[in-house]
Amino acid sequence: MSSPNSAYPDTPDSETPPRRHEWPLWEIFIRGQHGMSHRHVGSLHAPDAEMAIKNARDVYTRRNEGVSIWAVEARHIAASSPSEKGPLYEPSESKVYRHPTFYDIPEDVGAM
Amino acid sequence: MSNPAFFEFLCRMGDNTLVLGHRVSEWCGHAPVLEEDIALANTALDLIGQTQMWLGLAGEVEGNGRSADDLAMLRDAWDFRNVLLAEQPNGDFGQTMMRQFLFDAWHVSMLEALQQSSDARVAGIAAKSVKEAAYHLDRSGDTVIRLGDGTSESHRRMQAALDLLWPYVGEFFVADEVDSAMAEAGIAPDPASLRAAFDRRVADVMSEATLTIPESDFAHKGGKSGFRHSEHLGHLLTQMQWLQRAYPGASW
Repeated sequence: MSSPNSAYPDTPDSETPPRRHEWPLWEIFIRGQHGMSHRHVGSLHAPDAEMAIKNARDVYTRRNEGVSIWAVEARHIAASSPSEKGPLYEPSESKVYRHPTFYDIPEDVGAM
Repeated sequence: MSNPAFFEFLCRMGDNTLVLGHRVSEWCGHAPVLEEDIALANTALDLIGQTQMWLGLAGEVEGNGRSADDLAMLRDAWDFRNVLLAEQPNGDFGQTMMRQFLFDAWHVSMLEALQQSSDARVAGIAAKSVKEAAYHLDRSGDTVIRLGDGTSESHRRMQAALDLLWPYVGEFFVADEVDSAMAEAGIAPDPASLRAAFDRRVADVMSEATLTIPESDFAHKGGKSGFRHSEHLGHLLTQMQWLQRAYPGASW
């Protein structure tokens, strides 16, 4: 379920709406010069999407870190619950055969 | 000096970015939110970087061995050639953003024109600066729109800022003998030729921001000629220059 804190499941949910003067929280993803995908770099506050991109430009790309920015409002992120850690992740711990380390990958394939 | 008008012009460009850059840097650590604090510091640093180029070239053209640092730190108020708008106090955050927008709206047009300068060094500095200025304009324009078309309190403050600062924009566009010499040499555009683009930009943003541009064309003057700065410049210089004045030649 998506909630105001779904990006931070460890933060207790609260029924009270965010304080009136608080801008919404945005999660920022940046693709670097040679990166192939956007990576989460942090979060910030902004009144709307356009300003979120601008703020991200000023906060997270000052040192030439990126060529593309995504911003998504944190409340739109659906996140898994830490209390379900056992059922979700432990079963895969004993299944080493799922790792592709048993195969030789031809060089032509490139990055996977 | 072979070309005093050229030196004067370069000081105008460099003093605008120096004085405004210092003003904007005064927000560092004080802005209403962290994101704006960083954005303002970035803007200030861009402007100071441009100052190094303009005043560096000014020193070169003057030919007396003065560096950009010498010009920035060792001249007194009457030697500064920035427009009066740049030295006006920050006021509240809205007033700072309004001053920034009015400056940026002129600055972008000026730098665009300077890219065609007959002097390759000027064209080079303009080409590097115009990208920074375009972002400043984008950002300050967006902020003016959001605050103008925001709450009744933010609208009131932005209209007050526009009313306060509007009499300072005229100075950008009034030519004197320095400007005429620069235009004749093809180094810089005739200031008046930038007015139409400025008015269009400002009108677009103000209408979206639901703000009313004052009708009066009265213009404060005396900054770029150095004839009469406002009292604020001297106070700014005491802050900006005190270290070089108290510890001459100090560096790190």
